[in-house]
Amino acid sequence: MEIRSKEFKSRAVFAIHDASLQQAMGKARDGFVGKRAQQAAELPEFEALREEAKNLKNHILENLDHYLERYEDAVKRAGGHVHWARDAQEARAIILDICKRVNAKTITKGKSMVSEEIDLNEALIEHGMEVVETDLGEYIIQLANEPPSHIIAPAVHKTKNQVSDLFEAAHGGPRKTEVADLVNEARQVLREKYFRADVGITGGNFLIAETGSSMIVTNEGNGDLTQTLAKVHIVTSGIERVVPTLDDATLFLRLLARSATGQETETYTTISTGPRRATDLDGPEEYHVVLVDNGRSKMLAGHFRDMLRCIRCGACMNHCPVYGSVGGHAYGWVYPGPMGSVLTPLIKGLDNAYDLPNACTLNGRCASVCPVKIPLPDLLRELRHLQHQQELSPVMQRRALKAWRFVATRPKLYHAGEWIAVRVLKLLGRKGSIRRLPFAQAWTDVRDLPTPEGQTFLQRWQAQRGK
Amino acid sequence: MTQSTGKRPRVGLFATCLMNMFRPNVGFAAAKLLEDAGCIVEVPDTQTCCGQPGYNSGDFDSARALARQVIAAFEQYDYVVGPSGSCMATIRHDYPVMFEDDPDWLPRAKALAAKSFELLSFLHDELGATPAGTRHLATATYHDSCSGLRGLGIKGQPRELLAGVAGLKLKEMQDAEVCCGFGGTFCVKYPEISEKMVEDKIHNIIESGADTVLGGDLGCLMNIAGRLRRIQSPVRVFHTAEVLAGMANGPGIGGHSQESR
Ligand code: SF4
Repeated sequence: MEIRSKEFKSRAVFAIHDASLQQAMGKARDGFVGKRAQQAAELPEFEALREEAKNLKNHILENLDHYLERYEDAVKRAGGHVHWARDAQEARAIILDICKRVNAKTITKGKSMVSEEIDLNEALIEHGMEVVETDLGEYIIQLANEPPSHIIAPAVHKTKNQVSDLFEAAHGGPRKTEVADLVNEARQVLREKYFRADVGITGGNFLIAETGSSMIVTNEGNGDLTQTLAKVHIVTSGIERVVPTLDDATLFLRLLARSATGQETETYTTISTGPRRATDLDGPEEYHVVLVDNGRSKMLAGHFRDMLRCIRCGACMNHCPVYGSVGGHAYGWVYPGPMGSVLTPLIKGLDNAYDLPNACTLNGRCASVCPVKIPLPDLLRELRHLQHQQELSPVMQRRALKAWRFVATRPKLYHAGEWIAVRVLKLLGRKGSIRRLPFAQAWTDVRDLPTPEGQTFLQRWQAQRGK
Repeated sequence: MTQSTGKRPRVGLFATCLMNMFRPNVGFAAAKLLEDAGCIVEVPDTQTCCGQPGYNSGDFDSARALARQVIAAFEQYDYVVGPSGSCMATIRHDYPVMFEDDPDWLPRAKALAAKSFELLSFLHDELGATPAGTRHLATATYHDSCSGLRGLGIKGQPRELLAGVAGLKLKEMQDAEVCCGFGGTFCVKYPEISEKMVEDKIHNIIESGADTVLGGDLGCLMNIAGRLRRIQSPVRVFHTAEVLAGMANGPGIGGHSQESR
């Protein structure tokens, strides 16, 4: 999808005033947060697991080339193919080639954020292929012709009513209003597509170096049908998703569902290893893995390596009060919320997403729940630092910082300035607070400003104590 | 721990920018609490700002310039204490990071960080102080400021200290740990998002039924108080230190004299 992060501010304001978005977001937020807290509380070793997961990820990232090579060998041994894609364009070309070669007409897809990242659907559709998203949330937004607004709950911004409307329009009615009926209707429609599918594309939550397997977790079982019923199975994954062994994967599994949806475990955990063997009853004839770099190896080398620990659970956005206020679409690209505010500028360019690292109070709630302990606020601040160095921040801000530094490093001048400000504010204010202040409108548009008492603390202290 | 040395610890009081300008009463309350707990309190006039506005705006150079000034002004003291989780987290956590590659300043930054504390946690954890004899008739709800809570682990301390105040009832609000939308310059850079966040906070405060909001950071408290005033809510706002020191008799933050009790 085309990046629209430059419109963050206007999209955010729009979202704040969108009543049904706010209704949907409020409901989801309270659900996710409460359930995750309960799961974390019920598992005594939860905090220890987070630490262990962080350390294991760090070890993997330090030896990424090694584990990727092992993984590639194992996939080959199992009869599969590994393709390396440096960027989105290469990844699209590889997948398109496979689909064209097998003359694909219908392609089913399990949820894959990497496929969003590389604009896969558009490319396939452009070449006359039918693409069907099989994750219910993805299916809903595909009908609505919208990008996902959350990495694990792509249609979290939609109310049930809106889904009823979409389904009625797409499936021809009669209109369903109960969740169970809506799910059933989608199942009926999708079932027929699974059997027709020539190619099934899924993501990969974990790639197992030891066995060459890809592992996905879903709550609907749609991933299983996508990858076993199609003739060709293609896995799209970022290069950072490899883990050494199946055992290691279970460490992350214990954290993933608890952090993401507040479940003990997802309903389906599915492992695929290579294509169908002679003795298998079903399975794809071909098995491909497309390993996408798209900026990741650059992150590996620099300040932002920590970000590559991400297991895409979505906890950071569920707990982010900014995301909770503006929803995922305001962020303007594939990945929203705290993790997206780090990833988007890194993948798509600092100047293309100026607001994302800045639209954050650095309150730290995201980092406090991240299962792999990514210091998201520190990374956001580091991005601000790069923006400042590259002079991407507004001129007025840079001038203000210069002036602030000049004054604040001269205590006498600084204190005189504070004193003058206090006097002026005192003159302007009455009855305890100031309702309108021309040079601080952004503050007083929203709230009053307390009227200062008339002297600064330092003045009064010196007057009283002389020290 | 300090009593055992037999001499009173010398504390440099960090006068945060907002306290200095908008709420000197908090500074005097902090000084009183520290002195009552046996400290000698001094306020060096070579201090200005901790540097956080620069640091969080990505201007690390300016932040370091300010940090060096703070270190020079305060390293002579046994402790540095400030009535703000936010400024003190900057000194405790960020200073050592800022000077990571500076062998001259790193030891000084680390030394200062190790003896710098937020007021309420200092009173509770380091001095074991239990301010007594104060009275404040109110039903209060406590807002956990983000940098205090997640940066410095301040959660139980203010509540335990407040439990000793006669007449004060504490009532928890929903989402007490969620950011109020202040965020330093965030609130003026993204006013609409900030408004939505403070609106959510105010909603929870009012729902709690409390008549008073307490907290440990003036930034959040001014944000909350300013919004409460704007919607003409009678809920009053104080810094926790003011209540603990028995100095919350005047108007609350942003309030006026008619509302005082
Ligand atoms: S950054 Fe952490 S919390 Fe956010 S999606 Fe990634 S793993 Fe989950």
